[in-house]
Amino acid sequence: MDWYPLYNSLRIAAISTVAVFFLGILAAYYIARLPRLIKGVLDVVLTLPLVLPPTVVGWLLLILLGPKRPLGLWVLETFGIKLVMTWWSAIFATVVVAFPLMYRTARGAFESFDRTLAEAGQTLGLSNTYIFWHIRMPYCRQGILAGTVLAFARALGEYGATSMIAGYTPGRTATISTTVYQLWRTNDDAGALCWVLINIAISAAFLLTVNLLEARQRQSRKEAA
Amino acid sequence: MALDLEIQKQLGSFRLEVQFRAENERLALLGASGCGKSVTLRCIAGILKPDAGKIILDGQTLFDSAARINLPPQKRQIGYLFQQYALFPNMTVRQNIAAAVRDKTARDAVVAEKLRQFQLESVAGQRPAQLSGGQQQRTALARILAASPRAILLDEPFSALDSYLKYQLELELADTLAQFPGTVLWVSHDRDEIFRNCSRVCVIDQGRSQPVCTLEELFRRPGTEAAARLSGCKNYADAIPQGASILLPDWNLTLSCGRPVPQAVSRMGVRAHHVRFAPPQAENAFPCAVARVVEDVFSTIVLLRPDGSRPDAPLLRMELSKQDWQAAPNQQHFTVSIAPQDILLLC
Repeated sequence: MDWYPLYNSLRIAAISTVAVFFLGILAAYYIARLPRLIKGVLDVVLTLPLVLPPTVVGWLLLILLGPKRPLGLWVLETFGIKLVMTWWSAIFATVVVAFPLMYRTARGAFESFDRTLAEAGQTLGLSNTYIFWHIRMPYCRQGILAGTVLAFARALGEYGATSMIAGYTPGRTATISTTVYQLWRTNDDAGALCWVLINIAISAAFLLTVNLLEARQRQSRKEAA
Repeated sequence: MALDLEIQKQLGSFRLEVQFRAENERLALLGASGCGKSVTLRCIAGILKPDAGKIILDGQTLFDSAARINLPPQKRQIGYLFQQYALFPNMTVRQNIAAAVRDKTARDAVVAEKLRQFQLESVAGQRPAQLSGGQQQRTALARILAASPRAILLDEPFSALDSYLKYQLELELADTLAQFPGTVLWVSHDRDEIFRNCSRVCVIDQGRSQPVCTLEELFRRPGTEAAARLSGCKNYADAIPQGASILLPDWNLTLSCGRPVPQAVSRMGVRAHHVRFAPPQAENAFPCAVARVVEDVFSTIVLLRPDGSRPDAPLLRMELSKQDWQAAPNQQHFTVSIAPQDILLLC
């Protein structure tokens, strides 16, 4: 059996989760301080990929990155790199669709942050960077962790936009989700079932790990108290 | 060495205009809740930016709108004791204190010294949520002092504590602050707390500061009704100056003040325990009918209606010991007096 789709899906999901982790947190942190009107507009724009059909996202990405479009053409001519139909093209799609999950959960967590903690840190002479990583992030870690898990799960399960921007090339751009579709289309039910089970196993294991981590955290807190 | 302050800030419909100078002393900022005390502290600490004005600490300009100077809080070196202490919940007591030490080479020594000084050694490894209210406050103070501040701001330091804990902690706080050489601003709405702990007071009323005065002056000559209320005075009435007397239309009385009354005076105040039984011929004596009697814990409060009062006039509140009230020959109608020096003339 060819394990390439598993490997490809995992690396795409992992890379886009790292990207979305930082992008989502930074966006949540800075957008929360903007004036209300700009905040409202940006909020809608950044959350849209969550509710749009993946095909719409895929089409918009092709319009932006396609080799005959201005940006895609420029990158192709300048760097000799084609932005679509490679294994990492799927990362564009997964980042866009997973971003709102991270952004919204991180923003919710930041909004519940007790700002006097940051103010106390400032009056004590702590840098804003220190306050962010040592006080704000630990305080908000439940929400951040939840957002990261959701983003990873969403990235792993991405199909629509991925199939449009990366296509399905066995051994090159195939992911678990596109492989399942391809196997079903070619009446290979046994193969499809195999990948379906693998996908379910990964997702379940991932969610189970997170639940265990949370339970352990609660337990250690209870013991401390 | 002093804190000089003159700031304005508009917050929605609320306007803050505060101005005072605090020497190396404990200056109280006294005001009702929502008067702008906390906003003032936040401006001094640099957490909030005033619209205009100047803040100068020990000769260094922290904020000057005209010169476009606005030091970040990190560079101001001002310790701020928050109402709920703002201890970092994810850190132990030791880590909370260590985070604040600016000189990293001296960190361990400073932390050890502060833990000992504030009797926190036994809880050094615990997190804030596991501490009692008093331990939390001591940790917050230790953390502030570990950052070697040049001034300390206390925002209602006992509001988060049960009253039975308060007194012991107040003594501890006073001892700690006695060793602090810089300016301390103590925000409170509790006149007793201020009286026990501060040398001078700046009353803030609806966003406006009044001239700094000593605590004694605040109680003897509050000057404005807001200051008189904060000092605990209970009785007020409109007053019309008449030479060395005031006419009180509400109670149909003219009271001698024993001193010339400025034309600007429009109100008078008198403390409830300065209303005393008196013979009818005594100075400033007037007959009253008892409208209501309220038994307090250690005293009796008698609400009086001076004879000849307007129907809508405020009742005069008299406060006396339970024994004195029991000994009163008549509990329905009697004569009281207010000594001239006990009349507070208010603008």
